[in-house]
Amino acid sequence: MSDYEQAPVVGNKGDVTTKDGGKSWFYTDVVKDHFFNPRNFMHEDANPDDYNAIGKVGSPACGDELRVWMKVDPATEKILDFRWKTFGCGSAIASTSMASLMVTENGGMTLSEARTIKPQHIMDRLGGLPARKFHCSVLCDKALRDAINDFYRRTDQVDKMVVEASRIIDPVSKVTDHDIEEAVLDGATTIEAVQAKTKVGIGNPSVLPAVEELIRFYREKYFGA
Amino acid sequence: MLNVYLDHAATTPLDPRVLEAMLPYLKENFGNPSSFHSVGKDAKDALDDAREAMAKILHVRADELLFTSGGTESDNLAVLGFCRANQSHGKHLVVTAFEHHAVIEAALHLEKKEGFEVTYLSPDHDGMISLEQVMAAIRPDTIFVSVMYANNEIGTIQPIGEIGNAIQKHRKQNPNTMPCLQPGNFQFPVFHTDACQATGALDLDVEKLHVDLMTINGSKMYGPKGVGALYVRRGVKIQPLQFGGSQEKGIRPGTENVAGIIGMAKALEIAQGERVAESQRLTVLRDMLIAGIRERVPKVRLNGHATKRLPNNVNISFMDIEGEAFILYLDASGIYASTGSACTSTTLDPSHVILALGLPYEVAHGSVRFSLGHATTDADIAYVLDTIPPLVEKLRALSPVRVDPKYYV
Repeated sequence: MSDYEQAPVVGNKGDVTTKDGGKSWFYTDVVKDHFFNPRNFMHEDANPDDYNAIGKVGSPACGDELRVWMKVDPATEKILDFRWKTFGCGSAIASTSMASLMVTENGGMTLSEARTIKPQHIMDRLGGLPARKFHCSVLCDKALRDAINDFYRRTDQVDKMVVEASRIIDPVSKVTDHDIEEAVLDGATTIEAVQAKTKVGIGNPSVLPAVEELIRFYREKYFGA
Repeated sequence: MLNVYLDHAATTPLDPRVLEAMLPYLKENFGNPSSFHSVGKDAKDALDDAREAMAKILHVRADELLFTSGGTESDNLAVLGFCRANQSHGKHLVVTAFEHHAVIEAALHLEKKEGFEVTYLSPDHDGMISLEQVMAAIRPDTIFVSVMYANNEIGTIQPIGEIGNAIQKHRKQNPNTMPCLQPGNFQFPVFHTDACQATGALDLDVEKLHVDLMTINGSKMYGPKGVGALYVRRGVKIQPLQFGGSQEKGIRPGTENVAGIIGMAKALEIAQGERVAESQRLTVLRDMLIAGIRERVPKVRLNGHATKRLPNNVNISFMDIEGEAFILYLDASGIYASTGSACTSTTLDPSHVILALGLPYEVAHGSVRFSLGHATTDADIAYVLDTIPPLVEKLRALSPVRVDPKYYV
């Protein structure tokens, strides 16, 4: 199932209305709490060698970059510790902080449980995110899966690594991120050009922000601009 | 906690004297200037007076001013209205790459949909456009040149008078480049400037600026929102973007925003009257803020020329952190500023202005604009300088990014 199918929960005033007095703020109280008091971030003086898996997603060029460090119990495959660093906006920081809590609470998730976390689950725990923030800023599930693969790579359990299958970006046209990657490689670097090749978002304009984000990402990846 | 509003380039509060001038036209003097009776005549007289007053300050004729709904409409009218009306003389425009979106998007539209060619001039690393650069871009089929007076994000001030002068000379020396069919022996290209950000700080005398079209608006100079003006030199033909009655010579039909226009005229009078003294005061505060941030926060970059900038504009990139997150932290401390980060824009594009300076995405994402105003005091600046360093430090501790030192050393 696509990560992009669910409609994000949004308030009708400002971006999201707070629960404390009706005054509209850009994010919910939970987001605000995690943004101003981020949990489990990687401290400057921490030793990366204490962790046995790392993951990375994004780049500053596409607006967000996220790195995670995990300590996994090799016997139980439970996540004992999960640390992160994020370059990104308020919702990027808050969603990463929330994800770090989710994978370590109640004794820690196993890697197979952690792999099932979707952006929607993180957003639900945050009490919603503004619609335009959902696609671009919830990246931690991807960084987490990258770290899980890294753990299996380091422990020579290559058979347990999962290669990310392409995701359907537009449930209407069934266009995947891989299709968009191909279009960009074929020289389509604008949304119009990509639409001409793939028909993505035609009749379903709500997916266009995600498509633009992908175009920018692949443009940066392959052409450096 | 103090509340420090440092977003005057976005909009300014209404000056009480402006409100005072507007109030009668929101209450008893509510007439429609087009009505043929005393109530309407009162409104018409007030409208004419406002036009006269503004014309005098700008050193133009009253019939050369068109009232609009704001800077965006004035810019659109200049770009689209002029170019469409004059396309038989050539279909090439020259605009700078860091114009306001109201100019850039209009030019892009002409380029994509209406068969025009557009040359986008890149500013140098300091955010300056040179006279030579503009003149070199002019071709025989160039009909329109637009260079903004002061940039809205980085505040750099362009040599509009020099450029205007050179364009006028160019027109005289090249009388045959394009046949001239208009009364007043007008030739091409015409020169437009968007002066929205300049009204409170710079000289707006059109005779000295040598411009043919000039955009101003009310809401950046302690006047009301939703009102602007376009100066159109006599003989310059433009066509309307909307259709209706004969208001504003049919170029901009629709019942006039009487109270708004009166407020804008009053605001312009005050802004231009006080601009020299206020600019001196703000320049001191601006340089205090720039120097203070540089002193207390490592890894920052001032975007735009250090002195050829508006007295109220400070634009700084804080390396390794993302602007929206920083703006929200500042907001929680009562400081209201803005950022060129993609995350606050609905398009998810970072500032085209910072990118036009030749800087990478991460520097644009970390740019923050502090724009000072009438209410800004020494104490405000001191509070901002005390507040910023720990917030930057906190966000940097969360960040995995380390921007290449060549962008801030």
